Amino acid sequence: MTVLSQPDVQSGEAALRPPAPRRTRGIRPGSRIAYVYVLPFFLVFAAFSIYPWVATAWVSLHDTRLSTYDQSSWIGLANYRNLFTNDFFWNAFRNTITIGIISTVPQLCMALGIAHLLNYRLRGRTFFRVAILMPYATSLAAATVIFAELFDPNLGLINWGLHVVHLPTVDWQGSRWPSQIAVSAIVTWRWTGYNALIYLAGMQAIDTDLYEAAAMDGAGRWAQFRHVTLPGLRPTILFTIVVSTIGAAQLFGEPLLYHNGLPDGGTQNQYQTLGLLMYQQGWTNDRLGLASATAWTMFLIIVVAVCANLWIARRRGRREGRRASIVAAVPEVTVR
Amino acid sequence: MPRSSTRRHVAALSAVAAIGAFALAGCGNSSSDTSAVSADAGPCGTNDDTTLTVGLFGTFGFKEAGLWDAYKKVCPNITIKEDVVEQSADYWTRLKTRLASGSGLDDVQAIEIGFVADVVQNHADQFVNWNTVPNAAADKAEFYPWKWQLASTSDGKTTVGLGTDIGPEAICYRSDLLKQAGLPSDPTTLAQKWDTWDHFIDFGKQYESSSTKPSGSHFVDSAASVFSTAVYQGQEAYDNSDGQPDVENSDGVKNAWAFASQAAQDGITAGLQQFTPAWNKAFSSGAFAALACPTWMMGYIQGQAGDAYAGKWDVAPVLPGGATNWGGSWLGVPEKAAHKAAAIALVEWLSAKDQQVTMWKDGGHFPSNSQAAADPAVANAKSDYFSNAPVGKIFGDISSQMKIPPIGLYDTQIQQALTTQLTNVETKHTSPDDAFSAALDAIKQVTG
Repeated sequence: MTVLSQPDVQSGEAALRPPAPRRTRGIRPGSRIAYVYVLPFFLVFAAFSIYPWVATAWVSLHDTRLSTYDQSSWIGLANYRNLFTNDFFWNAFRNTITIGIISTVPQLCMALGIAHLLNYRLRGRTFFRVAILMPYATSLAAATVIFAELFDPNLGLINWGLHVVHLPTVDWQGSRWPSQIAVSAIVTWRWTGYNALIYLAGMQAIDTDLYEAAAMDGAGRWAQFRHVTLPGLRPTILFTIVVSTIGAAQLFGEPLLYHNGLPDGGTQNQYQTLGLLMYQQGWTNDRLGLASATAWTMFLIIVVAVCANLWIARRRGRREGRRASIVAAVPEVTVR
Repeated sequence: MPRSSTRRHVAALSAVAAIGAFALAGCGNSSSDTSAVSADAGPCGTNDDTTLTVGLFGTFGFKEAGLWDAYKKVCPNITIKEDVVEQSADYWTRLKTRLASGSGLDDVQAIEIGFVADVVQNHADQFVNWNTVPNAAADKAEFYPWKWQLASTSDGKTTVGLGTDIGPEAICYRSDLLKQAGLPSDPTTLAQKWDTWDHFIDFGKQYESSSTKPSGSHFVDSAASVFSTAVYQGQEAYDNSDGQPDVENSDGVKNAWAFASQAAQDGITAGLQQFTPAWNKAFSSGAFAALACPTWMMGYIQGQAGDAYAGKWDVAPVLPGGATNWGGSWLGVPEKAAHKAAAIALVEWLSAKDQQVTMWKDGGHFPSNSQAAADPAVANAKSDYFSNAPVGKIFGDISSQMKIPPIGLYDTQIQQALTTQLTNVETKHTSPDDAFSAALDAIKQVTG
């Protein structure tokens, strides 16, 4: 652009042209090219996100099977009606929530604790930081296969350990809660380190002066953690909660592989998640319309869950903000 | 290891020899099928240099048996490229996608018994009809009639594929475990004792009550093994004669469910889900002593149990309740195949007697071509691994007695739903009635 336009300016031809119009249209010079630069992303976004969304919504309003795709018939919202009166859907919905809670809450708490510890000047700190990220770098399939072996009700290491210490063994595959805990353990194991690293990055962005000031005011490590680290990390924590919520709602690979690749989530669907149900409906049962309805329902559930997270965070933030301003107005109170 | 590699070597040599003979004999009569395609296309469907793509799933074994190399000698202008998907379910999803879009189809597409009914009911017009190819009469005469019928529309006018293998079933068992339990272990006696499912279950109870059997060992691998065999012994299995799913009124399902849940409640099953790692381990651990055994299962057992168990496994020449089939495939040629004539020629060649004999000798795939099954190389075959059992005769006899109920669109999913619930009867002591209604709920999710 610049190279091309310079000769114009030098030759004086530019004077013949009205220089203003660009500016009058409210677009800065050179900004059109920006659209060209971002275009590839939006083309890909349109092809791989917007089109599938719209197509899925369209398919969800039809009775569609892949084998008879050209004969699919319009049935309006019948797939959604079917879904909301369907025990398999509500079972998967409940499982998704319970597995989501069992896996996300301990995971984020542990990540926070680990990050806090790694934030100290430990010997071999880099080693630990790399080590906690290893599970994240492990392939999901490999990890799940190993965990499935560990949790094997007959031959697994965990039941063997329980047996050795004379505790009753647990049916980690067939019973509802144990199997959900086992699946959650895989998720927790894989993602704790990743979240810890994100927290650690957030912690290192917190001004060290705050810690010094807090220490000077007599705050111990726990008090520092509560009153300096946690408030400083709030945006980071919110980010990890949102990401974990989305991840939990879409949980798929772990429970699939935990039952040897069957999408039923156990013989009594005891750990079938919404992701698995959708897959089972679409690819095992060949009911693409119903699966598409599940997909859109999942999408809406995720949107609602994320909005709820943000709303809670904003409300808290506002309340904290108000408190902070009060605190700022009466500084002596905080010191005590 | 040395034994099996020698066996393969010999088989490969004989395959080449057999194919040489076929090449001479085959060229003469196949000139008729070329006339319909083009004037002088030759026996290979074309005289041009052509690469045929063959869509397969799992391990079909054509390449391993040396058949592609052999075909290169018959038709030097044809090169074959396999397009393999590991799991047949994934393969079928991909095939459906391609059939729906009408593009990306291979020149030859394998069709498994699990979805042949869908291909026949929904896609028959998209495949070459083997009743109208020039060699139709000769092709049809090669196969067991039921094998031909399964790939044909109910009026018999359209046939979507030529058969590859079939899965006649017998009972494979660990003779060492039965001996240890103080029970008869020779195939002839067992064939008498296992003539009905009731007798089979009674025998299982004797095994369970034996004080000398290995602890933790059960008689049969799973209730599913009993069920999925017995269900096909009914007049109907999962579908009525129109090919529509009708689980509740099926005599096959009713009887099979009764036998399988009886076996589960009597505690003669190991409660393992088939094709899981735990089940695989049990072939050598001795967690079970017997299982329903289609021909292809013999190779599976050998692979899982390993050479250390050679001679400990045996095959009883019987299937409680009558002869049935488990598994098998066809090869079809899509109408949109890029090289239709050449693909038809290849499929006819692969289905012919000599090639099916090779597939049995080298891959353990039992011929769907009845002339191949009668060939001495098949009929007189014995298995070293299975205590020298006369497997050719055992499975040949069963194949000739086979009755096949109608099959339908969702048999795979329906069977999965029922056998999953049988696992609950075995391992979680769910009452058979509750389990059955849970299975019906799951089936309703499939049939809609």
